[in-house]
Amino acid sequence: MLEVTNLTRRFGGLVANDAISFRAEAGGILGVIGPNGAGKSTLFELITGFETPDEGDVRLDGRSIRGLGPHRINRLGVARTFQKLKPFAHMTVEENVMVGIMQHDSNLRRARDAALAALDFVGLLDKRRVHAHGLSTGQRKRLELARAMGTRPRLLLLDEVTGGVDQRSIPGLIELIERLRREGMTIILIEHDMQVLMSLADRVVALHLGAKIAEGTPESIRADRAVVESYLGASYA
Amino acid sequence: MAQAPHAPPAGEPRAELERARAEPVRTPLSAKQWVWLALAGVALIAWPHVFDAPYQRHVLVMVFIYALMAQGWNVLAGYCGQISLGQAVYFGIGAYSAGFLYANYHISPWLGMLVGVGISVLVALAIGLPTFRLRGHYFAIATLVIGEIGHTLMLNWEFVGGATGVWIPIDRDSPWYSFQFHDNKLPNYYIGLGFLTAACLVVVWLERSKAGLYFRAIRDEPDAARSLGVDVTRYKLVAIMISAAFTAVAGAQFAQYVLVIDPETVFPLLLSILVVLMTMLGGIGTLWGPIIGAGVLFPLSEATRVWLGGTGGAEDLMIYGALILLISVFWPGGLLALLRRLFVRSGDA
Amino acid sequence: MAPGATLTTEIVIQTIVSGLLMGFIYALVAAGLSLIFGLMEIVNFAHGEFMMVSMYSVFGLYLAFGLDPLVSAPLCVMFLFALGVATHYGIIRHILNAPMLVQITATFGLAIFLRSLAQFLWTPDYQSIPDPIVSGRLDLAGIFIGVPQLVASAGCLLAFGVLYLFINRTETGMALQATAQDREAASLMGIRTDRMYALGWGIGAACVAVAGVMLTNYYYIFPEVGFIFALIAYVAVALGGFGSIVGALFAGVLIGLVEALGGLLLDPAYKYAIIFAMYLAIVIVRPKGLFGRF
Repeated sequence: MLEVTNLTRRFGGLVANDAISFRAEAGGILGVIGPNGAGKSTLFELITGFETPDEGDVRLDGRSIRGLGPHRINRLGVARTFQKLKPFAHMTVEENVMVGIMQHDSNLRRARDAALAALDFVGLLDKRRVHAHGLSTGQRKRLELARAMGTRPRLLLLDEVTGGVDQRSIPGLIELIERLRREGMTIILIEHDMQVLMSLADRVVALHLGAKIAEGTPESIRADRAVVESYLGASYA
Repeated sequence: MAQAPHAPPAGEPRAELERARAEPVRTPLSAKQWVWLALAGVALIAWPHVFDAPYQRHVLVMVFIYALMAQGWNVLAGYCGQISLGQAVYFGIGAYSAGFLYANYHISPWLGMLVGVGISVLVALAIGLPTFRLRGHYFAIATLVIGEIGHTLMLNWEFVGGATGVWIPIDRDSPWYSFQFHDNKLPNYYIGLGFLTAACLVVVWLERSKAGLYFRAIRDEPDAARSLGVDVTRYKLVAIMISAAFTAVAGAQFAQYVLVIDPETVFPLLLSILVVLMTMLGGIGTLWGPIIGAGVLFPLSEATRVWLGGTGGAEDLMIYGALILLISVFWPGGLLALLRRLFVRSGDA
Repeated sequence: MAPGATLTTEIVIQTIVSGLLMGFIYALVAAGLSLIFGLMEIVNFAHGEFMMVSMYSVFGLYLAFGLDPLVSAPLCVMFLFALGVATHYGIIRHILNAPMLVQITATFGLAIFLRSLAQFLWTPDYQSIPDPIVSGRLDLAGIFIGVPQLVASAGCLLAFGVLYLFINRTETGMALQATAQDREAASLMGIRTDRMYALGWGIGAACVAVAGVMLTNYYYIFPEVGFIFALIAYVAVALGGFGSIVGALFAGVLIGLVEALGGLLLDPAYKYAIIFAMYLAIVIVRPKGLFGRF
């Protein structure tokens, strides 16, 4: 579904992504892990078109999407959430979701009904008329999910869905992602919580200092020496 | 399978969903609100016949012109979040197109107004394409600086009269062709009211359309909007074009109303700032904000000018400046928010 | 090329020198603005009016006590420092977290108020200080330099140096920088950020006051005098990168040179338009300014 080859992005002297290659298979959940500064978010920025790679290519179903703007990439079926949440604060929850839907249907009423279905899916239906700035962090994460789903993506990139959320909300969010997978969505997941990652991902790509250091099943990654060291190095640095 | 903890028991969400679907997308006006709106319409139509002194009519004509310009700014800044401090450029282009073409080529100012709208929309595109890459203060100052460049160019462009500007020749014989009405101020009153109403209808349409939704999304979080398939640059350009068109119409009517225009009256920075202040005062990003703001601020500045002006001491401007300052600091939501708080019961929010 | 003038080496050098001299003044005005912006991301639209107030305070002291600008300068700079601090506590503190627009209109309201206050007190007429101590001009091999201009630029450059050292070499200056970088972290470190903001406004106003006071030796004083300086300062700050003091110096000098040379080579009427156009060109290519931080 998505193939990333040799992806490189430099900021001045810093190599944020260093020749990263991997594939995300259709219908699977691919986890991306790595300590802070490993280049996970930059990777997402590159795939979704917010940054342009210096080298390498991003292919969606065999077609290169390198250099396309974020809105074009989204219209090709790639949606994302933001680690630093970006709700449309002064719009209602309902309207937030309608934004993504309206690329498929300019009719306000039908778009609204589709938004309601998405809100129902993520469990925010009762908040539909609330302005987004009134939501809790966990609710905002759900809102971002609903919003991204509204664009009817085939590939969904989730940047730390469980980060900053209180423990009680995490199982619900995991369940949501499971349901998305069952609906046939391909998902790439940045996740700090190892337990969450292990329970969700089929395959995991581990990054460290901008480069891919390991790839494999969750079990093999957990046992990988380089991965463990990268985390230890980061926490004792 | 176990239900996720957040999900309510099965069955109930369906009912909730049905209820939600039955809700209107945009709350329609209640019967009471329709009555108020109709009353306001009748009052505005009857107003110049009740208060028929030329000066009273004059104030309203100017309010309409400013409100139209403020509405133009509101579309760009209030809805789409692009804070332009150079709206005078479009106003000036509208004014000069109407006035200059009539004064020199006897082209009807109505046509001149259309030309002005066309030019200002093109200028808006030329301004928007490069500057929409800029964010926040950089964009605001870029537009401010463009306004000043426009001002300077007009001051030095002798072909259109330079600093002297354009004196529009008086024509008493064909008022509708020449777009000047010397018998009384009624035609200007109703034309101004008509333009403003039309602009407001455009804003009402925006509030109920994809474009309006995209504008607000761009205003709140441009990156999120892009990630959701919104072509941000394209919709910003739509916003600036609508904004420029409204403003140019206001400028054209202004030219034909005062019949003397020069760069100091139609291209000054103060005018660009004034429409910002009016919209802020009334309530930014709302349909009525620019109208309330213009309706309060212009008569207020006239009143202070009449009471205190004429001494050359600028007391009127002092009060004006102090008011703007106080309002910004203490009522940043504008008068509309204040009125809402006073009159709308909480609970149905 | 301005009509009637011939382009000799002397004229070009003369123009560059006066451009440089003016540039240092712009730089200091811009530095004050940039300092405030770097500290709290607020553009002070009354910045030019602070300068105007400083010039009128010189003028007022001259009228009342016959004080020469050179003598009243320290007083006026201190007065503007106080005005800056007062502006923070009276106005800015209330709109720190308000949207950018509110900050624009609030400071613009202050600008209109100060400008009309000056007009109320002193009429809109152009005033000047007759026979200041600093006067005359130097003749350096055919290049004429006005002493007031020279003194003004030197004064501004000196003030700039003091500002730079203050910010980078003193504890308070470091605290200012820390506050600018991260308000919350600074506050956790025990820095009283509200005081830092007040100090920033004080220093910002004092900077522009130094420029204003120096200008009274050779420039007219009128209610709108600050307008063009402020406009140029906005451009300089945006050009140099918001919050960058060194950027403000370079941008100020660049603007002074472009203004002088543009006026000489094209037409003086367009000299500001040229600066503004240059600003647009640079900012569009580099949206964060020449020295902008990422």
